[in-house]
Amino acid sequence: MTPPLDIALAEERLFDPTAPLVASGNLRRRGAMDRLIRILATIAAGIGVAMLGVVVYSVVSKGAPVIGVGFFIHNPVGLVAGGIANSLLGTLEIIAIGTLFALPLGVLTGLYLTEFAGADSRTGRALKLGLDVMQGIPTIVVGLFVYGLIVLPLHKESGFAAAVALAIVMLPLIARSSQEVLLLVPGTLREAADALGVSRWRTVLTVILPAAMGGIATGAILAIARGAGETAPVFICDGIFNTQTTQLNPFAGVPSVPTYILTIADQAIPDAFAHAWGAAFVLLVVILLANVAARALLARSRAKMGML
Amino acid sequence: MSSRAISITGRARGRAAGRPSQTGDRVLFALCAFAGLVVAAALVEIVYQLVSNSSPAISRFGLGFLVHQDWNPNFGHMGAATLIYGTAVSSLMALAIAGPLGISIAIYLSMLASPRVRGVVGPLVEMLAAVPSIIYGFWGLIVLVPFIHGIEPGLHTVLGWIPLFGPAQTTGLSIFTAGLVLTFMILPIVASLSRDLFLTVPNELKEGAAALGATQWEVIRGVVLPSTVSGITAAMVLALGRALGEAIAISFVIGDVSQISRSLLKPGATLAERIVNQFLGTSTNLQLASLWYAGLVLLVIGLVTSLAARLIARRFDVERSYAKAVAV
Repeated sequence: MTPPLDIALAEERLFDPTAPLVASGNLRRRGAMDRLIRILATIAAGIGVAMLGVVVYSVVSKGAPVIGVGFFIHNPVGLVAGGIANSLLGTLEIIAIGTLFALPLGVLTGLYLTEFAGADSRTGRALKLGLDVMQGIPTIVVGLFVYGLIVLPLHKESGFAAAVALAIVMLPLIARSSQEVLLLVPGTLREAADALGVSRWRTVLTVILPAAMGGIATGAILAIARGAGETAPVFICDGIFNTQTTQLNPFAGVPSVPTYILTIADQAIPDAFAHAWGAAFVLLVVILLANVAARALLARSRAKMGML
Repeated sequence: MSSRAISITGRARGRAAGRPSQTGDRVLFALCAFAGLVVAAALVEIVYQLVSNSSPAISRFGLGFLVHQDWNPNFGHMGAATLIYGTAVSSLMALAIAGPLGISIAIYLSMLASPRVRGVVGPLVEMLAAVPSIIYGFWGLIVLVPFIHGIEPGLHTVLGWIPLFGPAQTTGLSIFTAGLVLTFMILPIVASLSRDLFLTVPNELKEGAAALGATQWEVIRGVVLPSTVSGITAAMVLALGRALGEAIAISFVIGDVSQISRSLLKPGATLAERIVNQFLGTSTNLQLASLWYAGLVLLVIGLVTSLAARLIARRFDVERSYAKAVAV
């Protein structure tokens, strides 16, 4: 075995004990490379934060001026006056109906995965695959699907159809997060309940679900925030023909905040843009606040879980 | 006293065998299984709806739909080649920017930043995923498009030797703009998935390399990246899948024209964006069916990307991180 070339070369050089101890040659190059990468990575992180900053700054600086009490309690008057009360109510209604479908189905799917189908059983794996695939479907395709399922047979775009589409967008998110947090419930709790002879359904209702409540709520909040900003399926299933009046009948075209912004942008009347920015501002603030709240809730429930 | 006392019977035996025995247990099981069935049924029904509604276009054009460029509803010539081209190019451009940038951010977050900085920067980058696509679209139209309009001639002058940066368009609506908007949308996915992957690399390996004298970059290049390369590839595929399916944000900024142009600075169209633009105002049934067909192509793309990501990264549960990243 001959030593590698550079070591052989180094050994040929005479050792000079008075030479200063500074990195030279190869070592200096490696150090410089390391510093360069650190700097680049830090810059990249700065760019990432700046990207959020640029978008949020635009929305806040252009949207905040139109925000006032009137913006929340009046319907639009034409395209350049009034508020977005009807769109806010409509979005709330669509989201509420969607959550009504997605939350129970999602939590029950999570329960099925953790309590009935073992992690490695065939049905469990197939169901998880199904959820992942469902999550990978573009939301516009979900919109098309619900259009074919509900709008075509009824010959009418409706808030209800949009709600069903949002439920399909939210379902895999809620199911996955519920499953995650249900898996975190300590096995000792289940064993303790089993040892007391408690039946399975009572264990689930009175021990497991309460312990996992914080995490399930976090997942639900995140899914709802996602659904609130979802535009493509609402646009396809609910239509954009009603933006001016309040409509709470879910089987008619219900106005919503995202489609309101979409309509104004399509009109290309610069005076109206201020209102679209205002609506975008409200939407963004609600969604970002929901995110912060969900993170705080998650941290709290993690801490609680850790104590159990 | 007798052996009867310790043998289990009836209900208890059923429970020991894992079968639900009480009525309550059966009801709970039925409910949970029903929820699982709903998921399965929804998937089957999605495929059925897309296929049955696009069948007029499928029987008329067959797979030729994917390679023909004409999109002319009045003459019944419908082809999606322009849309597929625009979809692929805008998404690949976004991935080409967001990939390296996201991995760099992940390196910063998982190995360089102090815990306090990490706790602030990480969530901020993840919040890019929380901004709804309608806001990206509207922001892109009002803020980004004029900006791009301003810099496009400069881009052409400096980078014109690359065929991708041809003569600038006069509007600022272009595949380039669409790619930039998509970059905003998929960056948080790449960044947070890669960070989660980097954090799974055992400390022993990293410390071992460092003890041998490796610098931090050499630890990253020699240990961290090679051991997570399949996971990172899967993360890229998932991010790409998300970009390919984006509809609303793109519809604002890409211009929606039916012509393939080699230059990124020219307007284009994508599958999802074309559906948004034309679905509520189709002039012929064939056009409507063609939009459904475009949706079917998107569905196939979505399925392929999810399954490919899963196959590439058998070792990592990237879908799990993805679920968290898109939920944020």
